[in-house]
Order: sequence, then C-alpha cells, then structure tokens
Amino acid sequence: MISIVSVAEWIIKSLVLITIILGGFAYLTLFERRALARMQARIGPNRAGPAGLLQPVADGIKLMFKEELIPDRADKVLFVLAPIITVVPVLLLLAVIPLGPDIEIFGQQFSLGLASEIDVGVLFILAVASIAVYGIVIAGWSSYSKYSLLGALRASAQMISYELALGLAIIGPILLAGSLSVADIVADQQRLWYVVLQPIGFLIFLIASMAEINRAPFDMSEAEQELTGGYHTEYSGMKFAVFFMAEYGKMIAVSFVAATLFLGGYWGPFVDRIALLGPIYLFAKVVAILFLMIWIRATWPRLRYDRLMAFGWKILLPVGLLNVVITGGLIVVLNL
Amino acid sequence: MTVELAIFLGLAVVAVGASIAMLVSRNAVYSALFLVIVLFAIAVLYLLLSAAFIAMVQVAVYAGAIMVLFLFVIMLLGTENVESESRRPWQFAAALVLSYVLIIQFLVVAIVLPGDFGGEFGALVDGFGGPASIGILLFKEYLVPFEVTSLLLLAAMVGAIVLTRRESSR
Repeated sequence: MISIVSVAEWIIKSLVLITIILGGFAYLTLFERRALARMQARIGPNRAGPAGLLQPVADGIKLMFKEELIPDRADKVLFVLAPIITVVPVLLLLAVIPLGPDIEIFGQQFSLGLASEIDVGVLFILAVASIAVYGIVIAGWSSYSKYSLLGALRASAQMISYELALGLAIIGPILLAGSLSVADIVADQQRLWYVVLQPIGFLIFLIASMAEINRAPFDMSEAEQELTGGYHTEYSGMKFAVFFMAEYGKMIAVSFVAATLFLGGYWGPFVDRIALLGPIYLFAKVVAILFLMIWIRATWPRLRYDRLMAFGWKILLPVGLLNVVITGGLIVVLNL
Repeated sequence: MTVELAIFLGLAVVAVGASIAMLVSRNAVYSALFLVIVLFAIAVLYLLLSAAFIAMVQVAVYAGAIMVLFLFVIMLLGTENVESESRRPWQFAAALVLSYVLIIQFLVVAIVLPGDFGGEFGALVDGFGGPASIGILLFKEYLVPFEVTSLLLLAAMVGAIVLTRRESSR
C-alpha cells in the first residue's frame, strides 16, 4: 500500500528535480553567454548584479512583459499547447538518474533519485527522448508559416535519424552492466568508468545527443540565413521562453545521462565513505559536459543539412552497429 | 474503490474518449494526435499491470516512432482536411455492423465466461514484466517465431530501400 510518507517523498524529489532543470536553465544561459564571450574575446553580460548573476532574472522579466503574438491563421489550440508539450519530456528525463548513493537521515534510508532502481530505466530515457519530437512538429505545423513548418520538419527528421545512433550507443553500457536499470549501470562503474571501455560508444553518444537536442553544429532548425528562426519563428514572449527553456533543459538532461552512463555517475574519490560527495561529483561532470557543448558551439561551423543526414545514416549508424557487435563479442570472449 | 481502480477508470475514459475524438475529428493532424493520446493511455494501463517493459516499448515504438512518421506524411502531403466525398456510403454501415459484433463479443466474454475473469490472480512471478524475464521467454521458448519476425522485418526494410531508391541512369 502506498503510504503518505512515500508520496510526500516522491513529491519533494520531483520538485527538486524540476528545480534542477529550471534553475539550471536560467544559469546555463548566463554560463553560455559568458563562456562564448570569453572565447570570442568579448566580456559578455556583466552589468545586472555581481558578475552578471542577475542577468537571467532580467531576461525573464523582459520576456514576461513582451507582447504575445498568435498568427491569425494559426491553429490556436495547438499553437498554445506546443511549447508545453516540448518542455514536459525534458522535465521527465531526470526521474531515472541516481544523484548519489543511498543516504541515511534520522535512521531512515533515502535514495537520492526518484526512480533510478526501476529495471527499465534506460528504456524510459529512450522513450522520453522519442516523444520530444512532438512539441517541435506541432509548433511548426500550427504556426501556419512555411518557415516554421520547414524548420520543424528538418529538426524532427534529424532527431529521428540520430535517435537510432543514440540507442546503439546506449547498448554498450547496458551490455557491460548486464542491466537496463540506471542504478545498476552506475553501481557497476565504481571501479572503472565505462568511457574507458566504450570510448567509441561515448563519442557516438555525444554526437548523437547533440544532434538530438538540435545543438551546434547540428542546429539546422535555427539556421537564420535559411529559415529565419526554425520551428519557433512565430513565437514570442513567454511561449518563446518556454521553447528556450526546453532547449537548455535538454542540454542539462542529456549531460546528466551522459555523465551517468559513461562517466561513472556520482562516483568519485571518497564517495563510498561520504555519500553527500556524490551529487557534487555528478554536478561537476555535468558542468564539464555542458562546457564542452558550449566550446563546440564556439568553434565549429554548422553542417549542411544533407551532409548532416548522410553523416548520421552512413557513418554514425554503421559505426554504432559495429561497436555493439564488438562489445558483445568481447564480453562473450573475455567472459566479463 | 481502490487507487488502482480509480486510475484504471480515469485511463479508460481518456482512452475511449480520445479514440472517439480521433474518429470524428475532421482534421487529420488532430486525428493523429488523438491516437497518440490513446497509445499513451494504453501504455499507462500496461504499467498498471506491472508490465513496465511493454509500456516503455509502447511509448518508444508506437508513440515515438510510428505516429511521428504518420504526422510527417500528413504534414508533408498537406492532406489535413479530408474531403467527405472520398468516404464511401457502405463504410458506415459496415463499421456499424462490425462494432455491434464486437460489443456482443465483449458481452459474451463478460457474462457467459465470468469465471475466467472474476477469479483471484496468483501472486506475480519474481521479475514479472521486466526485461530479463521477457528476454528469456523470447530467446528460449519463442526463439523461432522471434527469428521469423526479425527476418520479415529485415525483408520489409530491404524492400522499402529498394522501392524508394531512384533508378540509376542507364
């Protein structure tokens, strides 16, 4: 039977996870702008608050007071629903990520993470990733604008294509841990991170996930020169802000998944003795991956669309398949 | 009323309501989206039956892959609004007859054979509905049907590639 205590525990944990994404979103925008500025020999936003720390607040207030436009011939219901449909999968993704080892408070065991023990955790990640396309497709269609529709079709075709490589990359950690549970995969990495055993898998995962979340150099849907602004061309004010939130939330969620599946999750020196170090290590790994994404955006040119699709289907997918075959073969031969 | 029954009834209302909405909707995009809602409701029903693996696969494959392609085709071809001329008059009558047959079938199952459904179920086997138990079942007991299905899918995949490939200039 479900007790009230456990329901309260779930609610508190869910709120914490949502706060991580939403708070992380606000400060990731600042982090990105500051880091990009440094790489381009600029200073970046530093006026609002000390070192520009209040800049996200100022941006939020600005977006809230902007006029909201809905195109005349747009499909009103879906136009309003699309940003919400886009942001919900992002908020769900962290549910299966363990943030740290079990801790003891007042003599009770608490797991840091909402549902990391479920035996289909990795499938949950793939399922949520596969429904993230809907918000974008609906936004593009309901706007009644050819730029939005083309941007949405490009973005979703790209997401569907790279999802396959993403799934193949995830098979590596699953095979090594012998489990589809995210908690088991992390627990198995205490001695050795999977990135050492799966360097190609990690690389495929990073590339595919960057295409999956439409980040540079795969940000075709935002190619200003060709499509003005992609699927959110017609959006303004808070609705635009929600799309923005989804985009940066996806970056954070994907970084959490990458850190958990390949970089040892919450493991680091002394975590087995002081459990509360776990979340700190995980946070550090996530920030490192986020910095890598920003770095790539600052240094890489955008791929042409046909090359992007060819790369996904003709290079990334075969390499991913080969990686699965070799990993499986080695596990059988070496009896890991 | 238990919590499970309440969840089941809520889901059933959503699933049936969305199915009806899918049928009567004039706009093909809306029809596709209502079908997605139905698929989600059924996925949660699987979860309620402790079949987590099937629930996740249902979302990833049906809602995440197949329906996205449906939406794609509808949007690319611009066939959102189906003309009513394309409907044939006998379709309505045939659908009516078939749905009556289905309802009678449900009633027969529910009234004539209640013993099979009203009885108590045994406790769940350890690991029921999990990926490990399904994998063992698929690769041990149902290996031949599984391999035949994979062969069929491979043939379909090759067929799709051959059909869509442009003829090389001769």
